[in-house]
Amino acid sequence: MLDLNTKKIKKNAFRITKQRDKTSIRVRIPGGQLPAEIIPTLYEIATKYGDGKLHITSRQGFEITGINFENMKKINELISPVIEKLELPYGVQIDNPKEGYPASGTRNISACIGNRVCPYANYNTTELARRIEAAVFPHDHHFKIATTGCPNDCIKAHMQDFGIIGMANVKYDPYYCVGCEACVKNCKKRVVGALEMVEGKVVRNEAICIECGECVLTCPMQAWSRKEEKLYKLVIMGRTGKKGPRLAQTFIQGADEASIIKIIQNTYGYVDEYIDRTLPKEHVGYIVDRTGYQEFKKWALKDVKLPKEAKVAEYIYW
Amino acid sequence: MSYEITNIKFNSYLEKWSRDYEIYGPVKISAGGRFSDTDNIRYEKIKKVEDIEYKEKSIFSAKEVLFPVTETLFNIQEEQLNEPVYDKKKYLVFLRACDIHAIDRIDYIFLKNGIYTDPYYKRRREAIKYILIGCKESFENCFCASMGTNKTDNYSMGIKFFDDKVHIEAKDPIFQEEFKEEIEIEFTPDYVLENYYNVTIPSVEKLDFSLFNDEMWKDYAMRCISCGRCNFSCPTCSCFTTSDIYYKENPNNGERRRVWAGCQVDKFTDMAGGHSFRTDYGSRMRFKTMHKVYDFKKRFGEIMCVGCGRCDDRCPEYISFARCINLVSEKVNEDHEEVK
Repeated sequence: MLDLNTKKIKKNAFRITKQRDKTSIRVRIPGGQLPAEIIPTLYEIATKYGDGKLHITSRQGFEITGINFENMKKINELISPVIEKLELPYGVQIDNPKEGYPASGTRNISACIGNRVCPYANYNTTELARRIEAAVFPHDHHFKIATTGCPNDCIKAHMQDFGIIGMANVKYDPYYCVGCEACVKNCKKRVVGALEMVEGKVVRNEAICIECGECVLTCPMQAWSRKEEKLYKLVIMGRTGKKGPRLAQTFIQGADEASIIKIIQNTYGYVDEYIDRTLPKEHVGYIVDRTGYQEFKKWALKDVKLPKEAKVAEYIYW
Repeated sequence: MSYEITNIKFNSYLEKWSRDYEIYGPVKISAGGRFSDTDNIRYEKIKKVEDIEYKEKSIFSAKEVLFPVTETLFNIQEEQLNEPVYDKKKYLVFLRACDIHAIDRIDYIFLKNGIYTDPYYKRRREAIKYILIGCKESFENCFCASMGTNKTDNYSMGIKFFDDKVHIEAKDPIFQEEFKEEIEIEFTPDYVLENYYNVTIPSVEKLDFSLFNDEMWKDYAMRCISCGRCNFSCPTCSCFTTSDIYYKENPNNGERRRVWAGCQVDKFTDMAGGHSFRTDYGSRMRFKTMHKVYDFKKRFGEIMCVGCGRCDDRCPEYISFARCINLVSEKVNEDHEEVK
């Protein structure tokens, strides 16, 4: 006989499944990176209490399947070292890790491999994802957030409520430019064609440049380089789902990290105000559809001090 | 004579010398690298000893002190041509043995190649003094020992850096005079005796045209992307291209400008009428290799390449020029055996 509070179970990162007596647990891996030493813990849970399988979730977590509901308490104890290694050291406030994940609404912050490995990435996506995790988790509101290193958007930031895309924040020193045109040709072929040769040196059309950093990668002289300050493009309200799936649109070009974190935090207040409480959960994007972008923007930008380079979208039509 | 000097004290010397000299050294440019959160190391003016990046090899060489990347040869103002004002500063440059040898190589091109000398290069060259940065250990990809450029006596001062002090040898009497109050020590700059990779120089006598169409270049044709990083980081590449620039606001004004060029890069062999030779990248690799180890030697008596290995450090396609030289040497020996 099972007598369960499904709402409580779900908030504890367990799932209601097809099979009446089975659940599964979703393990968060903020930033998509885990020390390999965690694998034996997952292995132990899966082989002793699950069906011996690990599902890699689309948000870069692990779902350990085939767990009996009665073992949830035990699983929470067993999973606590993962929380202690992947959440607490990065500043995530979880009072009692032995009780498992305290929330599941705000999803794992996923990240492309970022500049630890990838030459294209403009920043360390995992580290930013962990800092965002610390700023927003645990929380029950259904938020999907991902960080990606460059506009290639390998993590599909455009499918998130908040997608953070690294910008190169480029600078150009004409003295070092030898006029080889490598950047110009490459930008035309592979990016947006924002570069042009004028009298032996390069002129950048800032209106169309997406700051991907291809010019920096291509330049044999490092006449192109990145400024030290990191800037990001924040795209918002992309989603999959049955009702109106769509790509995220650019909210801010040239935002800094502090502003982005503040904007996401502000959005929790906005959701509190406007969420349809008759539903078990509601994606932020549907709420924005209801209130309009301007109302969202008003809430999101409250007390946010954007860098002077930042450009905020006047209107967004998804 | 050699001395031990604290950084603080040495910085006061640098400050004093900066009245007469432009002082250059390898400088780490934070976030200036090709990839995000990586640095660049190139020659820039320095003010204090802490500005110098001595633990790593510079990505660009010291040549740009003498041979600027972009240089205005003269300004055009309507009917008049004026050379830019050149203040007669002297140059003090911190650099390694390979780069000192490399400047000797560039001298052949700018100063000893036919009857004309390059006045822009010459005036700087005559005003330069070297501070040799010793190398205690070889960096990755260096092959200076193979090229005989691991050691030099051609310097005014030789230096070894520590965290808070320097050991400095003053050969130049001017600087010996400067240091006469300092405590003398036994010190000569370090130099490496061996590298991690050795290069065999092909014998110029044995090299002939049979190598021109050798299969080995086809491999490079597939691999090279013609970016020119090897040229631009090379301390001995000295090619440039000159063009007249007409200012948009007033096309009667402008400048004659020269900028670095590289034989690996597009446009290098473009001619009037649109003809271009060495269009495939393998032939560019062959041209560069032959110039570095053969043609230059035939003309000036020395191998051009100094084995700094920056081309190998930087090639995004992992082409090793050092190995290319060895391949040529093997071929030359092979061919020689066939003749027997």
